[in-house]
Amino acid sequence: MGLTFRRLIIWVVIIVTGILLNTTYLWANEPDSAKSKLDTTEKKETLKPGDIIFEHIGDSYDWPIVSFKDKIISIPLLVIVYSKTTGFGIFFSSKLEHGHKAYKGFEIAEEGKYKGKLVEKLQDGSIQKPFDISITKNVLSLLISFALMLWMFISMARKYSKYPNEAPKGMQSMLEPLVIFVRDEIAIPSIGKDRYEKFMPYLLTVFFFIWINNMMGLIPIFPGGANVSGNITITMILALITFVITLFSSNKFYWVHLVNTPGVPWWLKLPVPLMPFIEFSSNIVIRPFVLMIRLFANITAGHINVLSFIMLIFIFGAMNPIAGFSFTPVSIAFVVFIYFIELLVAFIQAFVFTLLSALYFGMAKEQGHH
Amino acid sequence: MGLITPDPGLLFWMIVSFLIVFFILKKYAWKPIINALKNREKSIENALRQADKVKLEMEKLQADNQKLLAEARVERDKLLKEARLMKDKIIEEAKGQAQDEAKKLVESARTSIQNEKKAAIKEIKDMVAVLSIQIAEKLIKDKLSSNTNQSDYIDKLLNEIKLN
Repeated sequence: MGLTFRRLIIWVVIIVTGILLNTTYLWANEPDSAKSKLDTTEKKETLKPGDIIFEHIGDSYDWPIVSFKDKIISIPLLVIVYSKTTGFGIFFSSKLEHGHKAYKGFEIAEEGKYKGKLVEKLQDGSIQKPFDISITKNVLSLLISFALMLWMFISMARKYSKYPNEAPKGMQSMLEPLVIFVRDEIAIPSIGKDRYEKFMPYLLTVFFFIWINNMMGLIPIFPGGANVSGNITITMILALITFVITLFSSNKFYWVHLVNTPGVPWWLKLPVPLMPFIEFSSNIVIRPFVLMIRLFANITAGHINVLSFIMLIFIFGAMNPIAGFSFTPVSIAFVVFIYFIELLVAFIQAFVFTLLSALYFGMAKEQGHH
Repeated sequence: MGLITPDPGLLFWMIVSFLIVFFILKKYAWKPIINALKNREKSIENALRQADKVKLEMEKLQADNQKLLAEARVERDKLLKEARLMKDKIIEEAKGQAQDEAKKLVESARTSIQNEKKAAIKEIKDMVAVLSIQIAEKLIKDKLSSNTNQSDYIDKLLNEIKLN
């Protein structure tokens, strides 16, 4: 009796949270859909869900909060550009009016190679891309996540020095198992008990960076919602740093292993260096590349999934309002389901990236004893 | 496609901020946290080991105590037994001594009584002798006042003495 009642309560809570999450998501989604509707009225009522989704998971110069009819409320962000002709330009993106207006010769390209990016229109009418280090939505989200990490872990460290040898309290007790998890389940088994310590700071930073950004990406309103850990630039840099650390911590055996793999027949190495080629491409090219693609694809796919199910409502709604309304519960149920999977994926991807990094470090540090 | 082309602005911010955050966290967060965790684990391990040691010691102590207690009990029993023996012996000795003493007293009393008795008898004898002499004197004085009487008496006495 008690068990079934508890289960009932759990289901009610899950459904209510799901609905809440999704209503907020719809709100965050609103500007794009509203804008797209604006666009579609101009372009004869054609809904372009693909464009909306890509706009959502991509970067932007302002941070949309909500829009109603043709009024868009968004947080203006700082644009920092350097152009060879006019020098530095620092201004708020509100000056650009969501891409409708040019400011000091800078405007957001509506199509072409630089679509969505800030470009400078030269006097002869040609377009030039300036050096652009604007605080975009992704950059701001990145900085917020870094600030969050600094605050979380420095305050946690301070607690340790304040109350040494005491049971953890508050956030410390939530983060400590994760730190121990990274140490005991990732670093020690893959690198080895006597060498893991040197890599712990990087592994912990990467683990929490990916996890926190994945989770923030799932929050539909302001501090979250940006697709940071599903951005190829971010995953590329993470993969590159892992790669560089691997190279710098590699020892002689690692390179011997690459060039002259032990335990492989000689004819795979000598006339045609097949094995060295495979080893090199695996270690130098494929591993970092796969590391980059995996995180990017998983997180972006999650965002696309959620957005697609929400877009289904508008696709059906564009065909027939009744169809749109009646499909809403189905769509929301799917989104709730995906959301729970995404919560899991957020952790799993952080875990996988950290684990693989640790494995690569472990291989680079391995001694020739096999 | 915009989705898979790296963005230089984001790349710049990511590298700069990631490295800064990494080094700050490394110095002010990860090192203290990892060290604190390690120290705590060590201290817990030490405490557990200490507890085990103390437990063992306690057990040993308890065993020692038990042993001591048993020894003390045996000692006590022995002491009690000895005391009892001693008591019996003392009583016995005292009894013997008292008996001896009593015997001696009785003996001495008896000898002194004997002596007294002898002395008394002797005295009585002396007295009787003196008295009889006095009486005899008086009698003789009376009886032998006349010659006849004297000769009668001598005859009588001579008659009494029978020569055998």
